Amino acid sequence: MNKQVDSPKDKIIRSQHVKLGTKNKKDQTFTDVNTMFYDTEMTPNFLTGSEVIRAAIKIASVGTSVAYPITPQSEAAALIGELYSEGYLDEYFRGESEFAVMGQCAGASFAGHRVFTTTAGPGTLRAMENFPMWAGSRLPIQVCVTMRGINSPLSIQPDTLEAHFLLESGMLMWHAETAQDLFDFILKGFIVAEQPDVHLPIATMCDGFFVTHTKDTVLLPPDDICLTPYDPYKSPVPCMDMECPPVRMMRDPFIMKSNYISYMTHASWQQEIRAAMERSRKHTIPLLDGLIDTHDLDREILIVSSGTAVSQGREAIRLLEEEGIKVGLVKIKTIRPFPHEEVKEATKNAKHIFVPEFNMAGWLAREIKAIVPDNHRVVAGPHVAGGMTMPSEVIVEEIKKYLGMKVSSISNRGS
Amino acid sequence: MSQYQVKPGPEAFLPPSAASMGIVLPDPGECHIEGRIAPEEEGYEYAARKLLGAKVPTLFPGPLVLWKWNEKAAKKAAAIRALSEAIPARLIPMADYRPKYPKIDPEAEINPNHPNLTIWHNKIDVCIFIGVHCHQANLALKIIRGGTDCFTMAMCAQAGHEDACLSFRDIGVESIMKLMDAVNKLKKEGVKSQAVPFKQISMNRKGRVD
Repeated sequence: MNKQVDSPKDKIIRSQHVKLGTKNKKDQTFTDVNTMFYDTEMTPNFLTGSEVIRAAIKIASVGTSVAYPITPQSEAAALIGELYSEGYLDEYFRGESEFAVMGQCAGASFAGHRVFTTTAGPGTLRAMENFPMWAGSRLPIQVCVTMRGINSPLSIQPDTLEAHFLLESGMLMWHAETAQDLFDFILKGFIVAEQPDVHLPIATMCDGFFVTHTKDTVLLPPDDICLTPYDPYKSPVPCMDMECPPVRMMRDPFIMKSNYISYMTHASWQQEIRAAMERSRKHTIPLLDGLIDTHDLDREILIVSSGTAVSQGREAIRLLEEEGIKVGLVKIKTIRPFPHEEVKEATKNAKHIFVPEFNMAGWLAREIKAIVPDNHRVVAGPHVAGGMTMPSEVIVEEIKKYLGMKVSSISNRGS
Repeated sequence: MSQYQVKPGPEAFLPPSAASMGIVLPDPGECHIEGRIAPEEEGYEYAARKLLGAKVPTLFPGPLVLWKWNEKAAKKAAAIRALSEAIPARLIPMADYRPKYPKIDPEAEINPNHPNLTIWHNKIDVCIFIGVHCHQANLALKIIRGGTDCFTMAMCAQAGHEDACLSFRDIGVESIMKLMDAVNKLKKEGVKSQAVPFKQISMNRKGRVD
């Protein structure tokens, strides 16, 4: 970098929105995100993840939300419907399918609305064509992905494999560990995604059921304040215009031309989407207090993970500590942009890097292996999938096995 | 810290975006000069020297200042014309972003999808993008860096452009006037414009008016 942007003391540039300090029709005061998170008294609430999504959207100044039922996001989508009936959103309706939902979200976003939707598992994959379209069209739509199994035989249970399919969609991807993360990520996600130099869609991801359907204590700001609205006049592309790219490109584009100029423009367009993702680091680092969290990096063994696997890792570290095995932790908050430099720096002294994941592919381990030197240090696992929980003891077992220590397997428990 | 510098090209068959090479945009009150973060005031003088030292200095006004969306746009347009006269520099519009088929008139217009054609045709060695939507400006700036040796500058009303060799951010009418003041100051100090003589092209809705 030509400029350091890693100081958490530097908050994101304050909103200059004309509505700042005024009230909306629900008597909520439009408030800068810095004020909302750093200068406002938070109160504890005991909520499910779905209820947390509702709480976030209530103060997010969302214009449009489109819903379609698929477990485990259905409850959150229904709760947003309640918000609509109470007057907190301008538009809310059910799409014909996940594919239709994402297209309808694009329409609302093209027209200048702040847009939020939720999806999960097979729904994410059914909608997939739309996500790179959102990114290429620079639409800062937020989709909350409550991850679940995608395979046949059908499973509605937690599994983070769908994130693997989103990695190169051009969307920002933030992975929440807890309900508190989810609340913060939803609100802060709008602010980062809508920066004129970013202006990309964002997937705020959480592990289905583990986060959406369990209760947790979450600190919330008062609901008489809300985010400043989206400002479509700061968009890096013109408002919807059937004669201009990107819309024209979808209609009768130079996509269809076979010449060097067409290819070069398309390549540059893709580069620009990735450049916009790079720019998001500058805004994300101060708002999320860094792209990663770390604990005890001086230890030879590290657990590096994202989502609820981090929580299981924390408990595994405590269990290992009781046996005199000292392990540190790296929690990855943003999958896209991926915190390359941060992870390289955090793991530079580690001899063993364990990456527990709730999927069979081990996509996070691959990401880490691709960037750290001496990547034989990276142990892809343990893995669970299909709705299995990941007892902390499984992580303990994996680490002890790797170190050549005697383990008592928990796999025959209950038999 | 990044060692990458945003220099004029031609850089590569497909050059990387500067952001992917670690170039971070300036904060308010700053600009970047070839990727180096500098105070905005330093940028005005640097830009003025570049413009006066160029043989074919050119301003590329985009749709945000070519159409009277609001009074601010009209004032910006007037300031840009005054700047072009002070340098003096060609005004070549990027009126919209449609790919121009079957053929662009590269002497009279520029397009973000093939901006190099306009740079090559007119032998433009220094240019400023102003009033162009950020996405299209970034496309054009990167393509120009890839295939031409033009020194590009951006006067951006938002966060700026890493793909320009020099970029201002948060610009308004005052910023354009500051750049004009810097040009006039250098002229008073004896710096002479190296621009080759030219005649501004006039256009109406049907095209060129020769």
